[in-house]
Amino acid sequence: MSQTTAATVAHANDHALDHGDHAHGHHPTGLMRWLTTTNHKDIGTMYLWFSFTMFLMGGVLALGIRAELFKPGLQLWHPEFFNQLTTMHGIIMVFGAIMPAFVGFANWLVPIQIGAPDMAFARMNNWSFWLLPPAALLLVISFFVPGGATAGGWTLYAPLTSQMGPGMDLAIFALHILGASSIMGSINIVVTILNMRAPGMTMMKMPMFVWTWLITAYLLIAVMPVLAGAITMTLTDRHFGTSFFNAAGGGDPVMYQHVFWFFGHPEVYIMILPAFGIVSHVIPAFARKPLFGYSSMVYATSSIAILSFIVWAHHMFVVGMPAAGVLFFMYATVLIAVPTGVKVFNWLATMWRGSMTFETPMLFAVGFLFVFTMGGFTGLVCAIAPIDLQIQDTYYVVAHFHYVLVAGSLFALFSGTYFWLPKWTGHMYNEAMGKTHFWLSLIFFNITFFPMHFLGLAGMPRRIPDYATQFADFNMIASIGAFGFGFSQLIFLAGVVKCIRGGEKATAQVWEGAEGLEWTLPSPAPYHSFEVPPQVK
Amino acid sequence: MKYLSRSLFGGAVALMSSVVLAEPAKYLFQPPVTSVARDIFDLHTSMMWIITVIFVAVFGVMFYSIWKHRKSVGHKAAQFHESTTVEIAWTIVPMIILIGMAFPATRVVLEYKDTSNPDLTVKATGYQWKWGYDYIKGEGEGISMLSTLTTPLDQIEGDAPKGENYLREVDNMLTVPVGKKVRILTTADDVIHSFWVPEFGVKQDAIPGFVRDTWFRAEKEGIYRGQCVELCGKNHGFMPIVVNVLSADKYTAWVASQKTASVGAADDAAREWTKEELMARGEKAYASVCAACHQPTGQGLANAFPALAGSKVVAGPAIDQIKLVLGGRKGVFMPNSQMPAQSMLSDTDIAAAVTYTRNAWGNHADPAIVQPSAVKAAR
Repeated sequence: MSQTTAATVAHANDHALDHGDHAHGHHPTGLMRWLTTTNHKDIGTMYLWFSFTMFLMGGVLALGIRAELFKPGLQLWHPEFFNQLTTMHGIIMVFGAIMPAFVGFANWLVPIQIGAPDMAFARMNNWSFWLLPPAALLLVISFFVPGGATAGGWTLYAPLTSQMGPGMDLAIFALHILGASSIMGSINIVVTILNMRAPGMTMMKMPMFVWTWLITAYLLIAVMPVLAGAITMTLTDRHFGTSFFNAAGGGDPVMYQHVFWFFGHPEVYIMILPAFGIVSHVIPAFARKPLFGYSSMVYATSSIAILSFIVWAHHMFVVGMPAAGVLFFMYATVLIAVPTGVKVFNWLATMWRGSMTFETPMLFAVGFLFVFTMGGFTGLVCAIAPIDLQIQDTYYVVAHFHYVLVAGSLFALFSGTYFWLPKWTGHMYNEAMGKTHFWLSLIFFNITFFPMHFLGLAGMPRRIPDYATQFADFNMIASIGAFGFGFSQLIFLAGVVKCIRGGEKATAQVWEGAEGLEWTLPSPAPYHSFEVPPQVK
Repeated sequence: MKYLSRSLFGGAVALMSSVVLAEPAKYLFQPPVTSVARDIFDLHTSMMWIITVIFVAVFGVMFYSIWKHRKSVGHKAAQFHESTTVEIAWTIVPMIILIGMAFPATRVVLEYKDTSNPDLTVKATGYQWKWGYDYIKGEGEGISMLSTLTTPLDQIEGDAPKGENYLREVDNMLTVPVGKKVRILTTADDVIHSFWVPEFGVKQDAIPGFVRDTWFRAEKEGIYRGQCVELCGKNHGFMPIVVNVLSADKYTAWVASQKTASVGAADDAAREWTKEELMARGEKAYASVCAACHQPTGQGLANAFPALAGSKVVAGPAIDQIKLVLGGRKGVFMPNSQMPAQSMLSDTDIAAAVTYTRNAWGNHADPAIVQPSAVKAAR
């Protein structure tokens, strides 16, 4: 990697700094600044705050779920409201929190990592962000319409969705808007990366985060329309008498699942590939050693992306596929472990014989490596079709995907936030707060989700508001962990706000071992990054 | 070797949980009682061994590195960053391990997919929110029943202590003979449900409009408890599957008793019932079928389920109410939701439940009584 990012920056820096401060003067201030901004940093910031808000909202819903499941019996909610909680928790976390957070990172980092002045389509960038709040609003409103929010699970399986009230339509519109936003964001990222790299930055010299986002953007462009198709068919089945998924009219409910998971499986990688990118920056920086196997990382990421298109039906092992179908999807799924393993081994080799320090970003990256890999192991268990027969639709699956989504995507997001926050704000964050946030998150995460493996193996189905008494102990432990995890996130909020308001001044380099164009810019990065492209050798 | 590894792993887990025999397993799959479930158990055990070895190796390296290669202990960073040999090695080796994992699984897939030559075929139909069992072929052919949760509402709402089989008890168990190959055809009436009995290693979605199948051959008599595992609406958590595995003799006796009972039920449906009889039976039928939405108090739920106390439909002509129960209706509050048709219930149960609603909670409908024959005529 050293040759890839060992960049010499011409005099562009000082130049950018000079103009950076003046540039503010020409722009509207207050609310209008944020409404009309076309600046990638402003938009990145808005994406990040939006996703954090949604994260807290989805988190409150999760605590509603865990509070009800604290002990057997129906205590707090009616079952139909409980189903709304699980459904909206999923939709909000996936589409409102994790995905926009990565787009926020892309906005902030892609231009300054490739030496570009801004994103390629600055106005479209503004529009892709401002589509999000109305979509979020629709989701929130849906709780208050007759019948409440949609309660069909975040996968929105037909024909259950045909029974939902207007909350379902609001969710469909919200997903359409979020999808449109994602597609625009992705096109913008692809065009920016392909056309606006600094002279000398060949594809194989691009930073890993840029590589992973380029691949992710292609995945998004490929599959978001598929989701749009699935939910549009749901909409017309509901209101216009079509029968895409209605057997009585000649349709097939299982067809919905095929279409949904053709979107849904690549979606899983959409949420993890940029996380891989972030970790590939943090680990080398704190090991003070270049990333091991840069080109194999690129190939592994591409392989994962390609394979993600041919494994979708492993989510459907119990719908009653022919044996040949089950075997094909089992083999293809198991195959994904190979490139994923390569990535893990490369990160380990990067750490090996380094000179490591463990500031908060590194803690989260190592935590990611440890806990995400555990999610990878359970993923293998789920991939073996006969075993999946027993654990499909149980808490084992809930444990598995929270290990890869929370400990995977979310921990990487935290790692990246602490890593680049000094570059964004110009101040160092409070290390003690960061470390407390990490340890509490790691411990409470495992208290919450580890017992769910046992629950699933012993036979507790997911998405139930009440359970047989033999599941009581582990549910209580999980609920305690969930509240601990939830409240620990307030430390993150406090730490970030404190860092924005002030703190020790950050240097341009920030981290001793950090490499890449973004560290050649002063901290905070000037409003306009590279007005004259830097030269990458 | 297989047995050894299973007993080692199982033993460790048993120690950890100090499982009493009669209690359900807490940390692992329930004790298997079919060959498929046992194969799955073994597959899982061998997977866990492989994973444990990889886990120790990978994180052993990681924590060693974290311990030794720290700046604070004065370690200087090496600058190597590439090795094609290593990359190829850690692509090929995992590939071989994975083939080792997937290969034994293939045999089990072919085993559980082979539903040919069953001794008994039963159709399991998922309804919101109960199961219907129809014995289609084999000993007991023609038996038909609905299987509904019997856990009382006051246990669920915390007003009474929870029973031993809380949420996993039903009025009519799916009853099958031991040692016979039972093929289960699954389908559904409304939305997708899923049929799961953990001890049998059997899970199959029940899809409206389509028939899928699965099978099991229970090796041990006993009662086995599972539940619906596909989100199917509000009472998804309240539709268990309870299977009673009987010896050949007891099963034959059970089949005979069912035949007598169904003759009795036919007689029941033909005769005139008194109001007291209908009210008593109706209260039970209402509690097990209707109360889930309309509530035990008949008050319904605001913006979701209409109240039956003071309802115009209940106060109106009996035939309209019977037709509504038989055919379901479009939702009152939500245009897309609907009350499911209840035509799978017996004439007697519908007549009783209708009679009950017409006289309970201060309702005084005219006519007050509905006879099973009226329901039969309305079908």
